[in-house]
Amino acid sequence: MNQRRPYRSYVSYIDRSREYYAAQGYSQPYTWAYHEDAPFTPLKKALFDCRVGMVTTAGKMDTEVEKEGRRKTRELYAMAANPAPRRMFTADLFWDKVATHTDDVESFLPLNRLAEYAAGSRIKSVSPRFYGVPTDYSQGRTSLRDAPKILEWCREDGVEAMLLSAL
Amino acid sequence: MSLVARHLEENGVPTVVLGSARDVVEECGVARFVFTDFPLGNPCGKPWDTETQRSIVGTALELLERAWMPRTTVQTPFRWGSDEWRDAFMRVDDSNREALAREGEERRRLQAEAKKGNQPRNGKS
Repeated sequence: MNQRRPYRSYVSYIDRSREYYAAQGYSQPYTWAYHEDAPFTPLKKALFDCRVGMVTTAGKMDTEVEKEGRRKTRELYAMAANPAPRRMFTADLFWDKVATHTDDVESFLPLNRLAEYAAGSRIKSVSPRFYGVPTDYSQGRTSLRDAPKILEWCREDGVEAMLLSAL
Repeated sequence: MSLVARHLEENGVPTVVLGSARDVVEECGVARFVFTDFPLGNPCGKPWDTETQRSIVGTALELLERAWMPRTTVQTPFRWGSDEWRDAFMRVDDSNREALAREGEERRRLQAEAKKGNQPRNGKS
């Protein structure tokens, strides 16, 4: 349908969160990562011959979370992808808790859907582990600590392509 | 998350980011991005909607094969249904401006107390 609008259709979370926190009295707006360039690696072989992994921003459910309903730390982790976890911890992440829910893990970490593509030979296999990078508002920690660790796990598990899903 | 994707790309691992915060991912700059215009929380399809989830993962796999340059964004055709969430999320207007200011003050007070008591504090949101 042809329409005309005086604004963009998709929500700008950069604009929205800046205005929201300013209204809460925070004088220094959060500064988001920006790059002029973007690195690019082409797929090195046919997709049906590749092992594919997944990264999520959700946290794992563990005894600390179950007991206290929150996490004290935002630790990186690698966890078995098969069977896929039925629950993940998302309460402390930034998402729309009014409009939707995260009860279906596949809606943000679709390991079963990916496994179906492996079963259909679209990809060779799913990595035996998936990787968790709970959102950290320190870009320094993400770049210097988290990203190299994910790369290390990726190499250990022979991952040849990665899907990263951000809540 | 986009920073992790960039690091993997720099080190020879092709990536696809799946997300619903278009501006955040595109400002950071990633190789391949599957954008689904949903409220934040379900970037890989609506809860329990396996067909949509399969399609979105399939789009990500196809993008691995077909993108030839960085910053390739593909928008999936799926719609949430209602558009109410767009204006409602983190809304600031005259109806809640005072309440937000009070919330902010209360939050800063709690954070200052926690800091004094060396208690861990939550992230920004």
